[in-house]
Amino acid sequence: MIPDMVEREILIEAPMQTVWSVVTEPDQISNWFSDTAEIDVRPGGGGVLSFTDRATNQHATVRLLVETVEPPHKFAFRWDYPEGEKARDGNSLRVEFKLEAEGANTRLRVTESGFTRLERSADEKAAYFDGHSKGWDAHVASLRDYVSGLR
Amino acid sequence: MWRACVTTSQGYADQRPGALPGNDADELLWEAIAEPSRRRVLDLIIAHGEATPTMLAAELPFTRQAVAKHLAVLTRAGLVEGHKQGREVRYSVIADRLDAASQAMAHVAAQWDVRLQAIKRLAEAQAAVARPESQDRR
Repeated sequence: MIPDMVEREILIEAPMQTVWSVVTEPDQISNWFSDTAEIDVRPGGGGVLSFTDRATNQHATVRLLVETVEPPHKFAFRWDYPEGEKARDGNSLRVEFKLEAEGANTRLRVTESGFTRLERSADEKAAYFDGHSKGWDAHVASLRDYVSGLR
Repeated sequence: MWRACVTTSQGYADQRPGALPGNDADELLWEAIAEPSRRRVLDLIIAHGEATPTMLAAELPFTRQAVAKHLAVLTRAGLVEGHKQGREVRYSVIADRLDAASQAMAHVAAQWDVRLQAIKRLAEAQAAVARPESQDRR
């Protein structure tokens, strides 16, 4: 009823290798996720994503730790863990991408899990979701800019 | 971006202008749903619509005292309410409060939808460039 995990999927009319590049290459990650991305894409590799809030122009960085790299099928990382700590179950969220061929197309699934296991203060969790819903509008706006730029 | 808010206590989030003050009600809500065995109690009440501590203890591998403790936390968080009926108290779910929790998760899901859409556009644009003839077929 109250999920620990969210799971979403999408069918992409592109071969797996292309989707794999978009999902895992830092240069491309900065086109669909963060503003900049520096990631050592191998198991145990670290990374930093940076975001600039378009509304407030505030800059922030989030660290991540790569867990699984199985081209072109599976890519997983943990993120959002406290500074100075090692990413593990209980202090971070785990994001996993799975790619599956459907004819010439690719089914992309993403799961993000660990929400209910996070050992964070209620204040931090409240701030997390508060920030999340505010960031949502900015995110939609930036996507709209991006899509109209394609035309 | 909103993600910044999660890197709390290292500066940014604390200076965030819109930072939520410590909210007792939210604190209780998160405390209530963070504990897996308590979520089992909650899920079971949802499944039955209404349940007594006796019913819950019979279906779960917890003692009656443990069930009573979980019910107390869930009640304090405003997730369930008890109605006295004869010698037993029947518990039911307060839907509004539960919605707040599931709505938060819906936001997370919606954000991934936006990212997946962006991945789709990028990948399909690149695939079209790699195979220009495929555009004729569309």
